[in-house]
Amino acid sequence: MSGTHGTHITPGEGRDRVAPEVSDATGESEVRPEAVEAITAVARRMLPEDGVITDHQRLRTYECDGLAHYKVTPALVVMPETTEQAAAIVRACAEHRVPFVARGSGTGLSGGALPRADGVLVVTSRMRTIREVRREDQRAVVEPGVINLDVTRAASPQGYYFAPDPSSQQVCSIGGNLAENSGGAHCLKYGFTTNHVVGAELVAPDGEVVRLGGLAPDAPGYDLLGAVVGSEGTLGVVTSATVRLVRLPEEVRTALAGFETTDQAGAATSAIIAAGIVPAAIEMMDALAIEAAEAAVHPNYPAGAGAVLVIELDGSADEVEHEFGEVERLCREAGAFELRVATDPAERALIWKGRKSAFAAVGRISPDYIVQDGVIPRTALPEVLREISRLSESSGVRVANVFHAGDGNLHPLVLFDESVPGAGEAAERVSGAILDLCITHGGSITGEHGVGIDKAAYMPKMFNDEDLDTMQLVRCAFDPHGISNPGKVFPTPRLCGEVPGKRKGVHPLQAAGLAEVF
Amino acid sequence: MNAPAEHRDGLDETARNALVAACDDVRDAGPDDHVDGVAAQVVVRPGSTQETAEVMRATAAHGLAVVARGRGTKTSWGRPPARADVVLDLSRMDKVLDHAAGDLVVGTQAGTRLRDVQEAVSGAGQRLAVDETVPGASIGGTLATGTSGPGRMATGTVRDLLIGVTVVRADGVVAKAGGRVVKNVAGYDLGKLVIGSYGTLAVVTEALFRLHPLPAARRFVSVPVPDAKAAHDLAQAMVHSQVVPSAVEVDWAGGRGTLTVLLEGVPAGVEGRTRTTLALLGPSATAQDEAPDGFGSYPWQPDTGGDDRSTALKLTFALSGLRDVVGAATDAGLPVHLRGSAGVGVAYAALPSGSDPAEVAAAVAGLRATCGRHGGSLVVLDAPAAVKESVDTWGPVTGLDLMRRVKGQFDPENRLAPGRFVGGI
Repeated sequence: MSGTHGTHITPGEGRDRVAPEVSDATGESEVRPEAVEAITAVARRMLPEDGVITDHQRLRTYECDGLAHYKVTPALVVMPETTEQAAAIVRACAEHRVPFVARGSGTGLSGGALPRADGVLVVTSRMRTIREVRREDQRAVVEPGVINLDVTRAASPQGYYFAPDPSSQQVCSIGGNLAENSGGAHCLKYGFTTNHVVGAELVAPDGEVVRLGGLAPDAPGYDLLGAVVGSEGTLGVVTSATVRLVRLPEEVRTALAGFETTDQAGAATSAIIAAGIVPAAIEMMDALAIEAAEAAVHPNYPAGAGAVLVIELDGSADEVEHEFGEVERLCREAGAFELRVATDPAERALIWKGRKSAFAAVGRISPDYIVQDGVIPRTALPEVLREISRLSESSGVRVANVFHAGDGNLHPLVLFDESVPGAGEAAERVSGAILDLCITHGGSITGEHGVGIDKAAYMPKMFNDEDLDTMQLVRCAFDPHGISNPGKVFPTPRLCGEVPGKRKGVHPLQAAGLAEVF
Repeated sequence: MNAPAEHRDGLDETARNALVAACDDVRDAGPDDHVDGVAAQVVVRPGSTQETAEVMRATAAHGLAVVARGRGTKTSWGRPPARADVVLDLSRMDKVLDHAAGDLVVGTQAGTRLRDVQEAVSGAGQRLAVDETVPGASIGGTLATGTSGPGRMATGTVRDLLIGVTVVRADGVVAKAGGRVVKNVAGYDLGKLVIGSYGTLAVVTEALFRLHPLPAARRFVSVPVPDAKAAHDLAQAMVHSQVVPSAVEVDWAGGRGTLTVLLEGVPAGVEGRTRTTLALLGPSATAQDEAPDGFGSYPWQPDTGGDDRSTALKLTFALSGLRDVVGAATDAGLPVHLRGSAGVGVAYAALPSGSDPAEVAAAVAGLRATCGRHGGSLVVLDAPAAVKESVDTWGPVTGLDLMRRVKGQFDPENRLAPGRFVGGI
């Protein structure tokens, strides 16, 4: 299989080797046993015995993340329990120029936590303490291995929650959320992880521990935190995060609307946004996705629907009451033939269950599938869906569509049967063509799953050489030796020695005694 | 930190010719073009990103220091630059490029005034949710200084709204990051780095923002607060309420103040939320349709300069620190006018012009210590020259070494607003 895009889910045995074209990025030809041994020695000195894994069979447990298509066995796995331990490991890696990859729960869908064969996997699952919940300040301070939903569980008795809610929130870690700038169904209204992190403790790729931001907003200086969040582990390892807590809304109301076509559902979405309403979420599923959800979790979605919308409003009761009436009216005007309103938490949960289990549910109607993640301007939705449908018809590859309609974030599920010769390749082609559609329509190759190793080759389609080179300046500042998750995000790293322009004489900051040579 | 004497006679001829070749709008700098007392040599006004790139290549070839300027409303903020050979004036780049109303996205050039962007998008019932805290400010200047106003409580700051950016690097390379969709995690978020960088990393020439719907109704509920404890307690009552305020502002001077809550939304909703807010704030609270005096502006006069300037401070703190911050402002030894977002932990303060620099320094140190105890910081945004010489403008900054390395990558010759930013950057 040659394509490299989309989360490839193939149950059971099958591809247990990484595709050959990415081996440069996975370090298989660069293993240096003596360097790894030196780091292992540091790890054994600093960490509890069971926090250092060298046994090959156990190392293989960590050979992939949520993108199981790619597999690389790391040279060493360490599980630090403190910032000091993590920093010692990273310092040792820096000293020996050995790459390291941070990993939280390993649920990422772009291979961002794919290990390096020549490197160290730093697993944060033992840094799982919620250090503080500060209601008065609307903040929590948490370690990177803390599970996303546990932050909300800790805060909700005091009336607060952590807003980013990726579908994997029951298992994914805060550290992974920071690395990927995770979104979720409710980011339409509440934003992404980057909007909810105000401080972090970072082990920079040279092993220095740096505090970025803090409890208060707007720390003076460059917004390094803003660069680190979403950098997919390429700028260091975060060992604690200070996050915003959001007041639980007074009222939450969820509706399920059934339409005959995705065009109608798209029109309803546009009408809601045009009316000046900012729902907490608007999610769409097409007929094939509905079929899968029904087969798997029986959410009892409207029979015969060509598309359903899940629409959620939250906020003050006075506001929600009025806007919800508007949403109902706009859905009916757009052609909704059935509209159900959840009247209690159980009904609400059932509506969401169909949506949140959609990816896995597709396994009921197809032995194998690729989860794609792309973004288009929301107004292009009807057109892009028609183009996806044409792609599907002309290739004979079925595509189920599940997506965050409110912000144009598509998650096409490309279905295939690995046992049919050529089916996998055909699916890969369709999956790639969908990404091309996103780019053509002015969108993005990833809305929330990240670039990782999976889409690094697509970055030049979205950004030109100058754009990528400029991003690499940030990388060179943080990680001049390119040891922090190398091979991810960027197709070709910049050699950090190449500094643009020529320096003339002594640097003014040096002359002023303000800076060391940098 | 004044300009070296050899620069006073103007640029050398070849450098000037290179600038003229790069841009057809080059003139000698006058007194109004000085950057916080530092004499500039020429003012260059490019009309496009490409022209800006050519200008930057010319400055690179001749080792010229460049200070970017949008509308010049905050040019004196930060430290005075060590050099300002070229003022790069972006006011010709004043267009709203495109407004995709259905996508709630707007693209604009950097020299465009914030108010012109608002006018362009308001016809579709939309707004760029950034308060105009300084009259006439440009998009570029707003990004460079990261200004924000009361509305940040609900809709965040430019940090939360900027989705794509085009910059010209010190070496003249044009680069973009982000895109024109709100949800996008491809590549590094360079927009975050240039926000609040005071023009020291790159020159922003174009920006894309997400928009919000204009609220159909607005109400302001104000209550007098007699002391720091009352300000604190009422602010806490509001932030923990479920009325979803768009702003909770405190205005404090002379030992007393006012807390104002902004409610925005649909008329029926705002009406109900106003009632709830009035009940929370007590019998002396009143509701009105118009913003109270000074709401959303800084507590100093924006159009003063030189020694007439107030000392302008930005204070940040965890919400639990509000009582102490208001208390410290009351007991600062100088009259302090404090105003800002009690519901967010960001406030601005003015110390009177004509104050003794040593007294200002002592007041700044005291306030800074209070902010620091509450997880925040204090920055002296602007002040008369004598005050800037006697205070630590930026205060302690964590991560300074990494910041210097970022600066070193983007601007290795240190030509972009050199010395204006933290740690001498």
